[in-house]
Amino acid sequence: MKNNNNESTPYANDDFKVKVGLAEMLKGGTIMDVTNAEQAKIAEDAGACAVMALERIPSDIRRDGGVARMSDPDMIQQIKDTVSIPVMAKCRIGHFAEAQIIQALEVDFIDESEVLTPADEANHIYKHDFKVPFVCGATNLGEALRRIGEGAAMIRTKGEAGSGNIVEAVRHMRALQNEMQRLTTLGREQLMSVAKDMGAPYDLVCYVAEHGELPVPNFSAGGIATPADAALVRQLGAQAVFVGSGIFKSEDPAARAVAIVKATTHFDDATVLLEVSRGLQPGMKGLEMSEIPEEERLAARGW
Amino acid sequence: MTITVGVLALQGAYQKHVKSLSRLGVESRLIRKPGELQACSALIIPGGESTTISLLMQEYGFYPAIKSFAENHPVLGVCAGLILMADEVDDKRVTPLKLIAFKARRNFYGRQVHSFTADVTLNFDHRPFHAQFIRAPGIEELSPEVEVLASHNDEVVMIGAGKHIALSFHPELNDDTRIHNYWLSRCKQTASN
Repeated sequence: MKNNNNESTPYANDDFKVKVGLAEMLKGGTIMDVTNAEQAKIAEDAGACAVMALERIPSDIRRDGGVARMSDPDMIQQIKDTVSIPVMAKCRIGHFAEAQIIQALEVDFIDESEVLTPADEANHIYKHDFKVPFVCGATNLGEALRRIGEGAAMIRTKGEAGSGNIVEAVRHMRALQNEMQRLTTLGREQLMSVAKDMGAPYDLVCYVAEHGELPVPNFSAGGIATPADAALVRQLGAQAVFVGSGIFKSEDPAARAVAIVKATTHFDDATVLLEVSRGLQPGMKGLEMSEIPEEERLAARGW
Repeated sequence: MTITVGVLALQGAYQKHVKSLSRLGVESRLIRKPGELQACSALIIPGGESTTISLLMQEYGFYPAIKSFAENHPVLGVCAGLILMADEVDDKRVTPLKLIAFKARRNFYGRQVHSFTADVTLNFDHRPFHAQFIRAPGIEELSPEVEVLASHNDEVVMIGAGKHIALSFHPELNDDTRIHNYWLSRCKQTASN
């Protein structure tokens, strides 16, 4: 097998391309949080392009408190055995041992996630060391490029997980898009200064300035509760959506899951959006951001 | 005659195909409703999740529409698209279109940790193609009238039947446009016949 691996720019090598390749295949789709095999089956039947296996969905983690860790491997295994679509699982920020265990389980994607309690306050995982691709959250361009620099093959702009409130997802998607747009207007001589201010790898800053987009797919996660929410973040530039508490905390998970899948596909067709928004049972109640104390906000975790 | 290629845009890597086609100076349009096929002279079914694409195809009436479109127009199926073009699939969660006589096996090479790149031997070009296989499907029970267009380690990875082509790797993830170009040249041949 030919391998164009080059240590100095690991994101140009074949291993990294194969990781980004899977992220490309998930575009235009809906990735759903599931806590058991039964929910995973509902998600797959509704048209989810992948499932995220986790022990407690974010709104329950928020309610219960305590330390949130990687899920029980047996639970992840049961979900893997039930569905044919890719299965993702979360590890704590910086917890590379959890990531090693999840990789040994042959999960298809690892989410180094702020929804779990961070294990390292200074360092994220060096993700190029892994064969399984990683997705990481970001609230702005600098954070996204740092994660890509460490080897993330997909970025998800962070909303506030478990809130049922789309406002943070919109804030961060707009921030990222605006910063990328701004970079395309700058001269070559300004980019090193941008890299310094953002704390982002210089070569990745140059890539964004040239292409106007990230070198890996960019999805949206956190706070998506309705078909309209999915359509909103898609129109703002999200290439796919993650839905957590929004589905299995609603009163009609199966119907809502199908509606969100269709809204993600037909995100710019208001006729379809109207049709799929009709007849749904009430969604999750949701939280106003002022109800969530600053220190309990998940999107602020990681840097 | 100019070709307008429809790219099925229900889920998956459809934008990458638009990019490959635009590199070749070929016009394309995203297809999300069966009626949109009318403006097209060829169709690409991209990679993505075959269960998701199959379900959305059923919901929006794509099965009869693509089957009748394929009688007169070329179809290129990649990865999930290959699975959908088969006569038969090893998994009941996916309903095939039955456009080429073979059986598709989902995730033939295993999960993502077993995804890989390899230089694939093409039967129509002397230079190999540096191909990405992402949770790729396998081609089995190939009918003798189906043409083998590429192989890798004795596995058939690309096939042709008349105007249709199906492949298990991803030509849209490379800057190399030879595979799209080859399919388009076959499209033009059928258009002039």
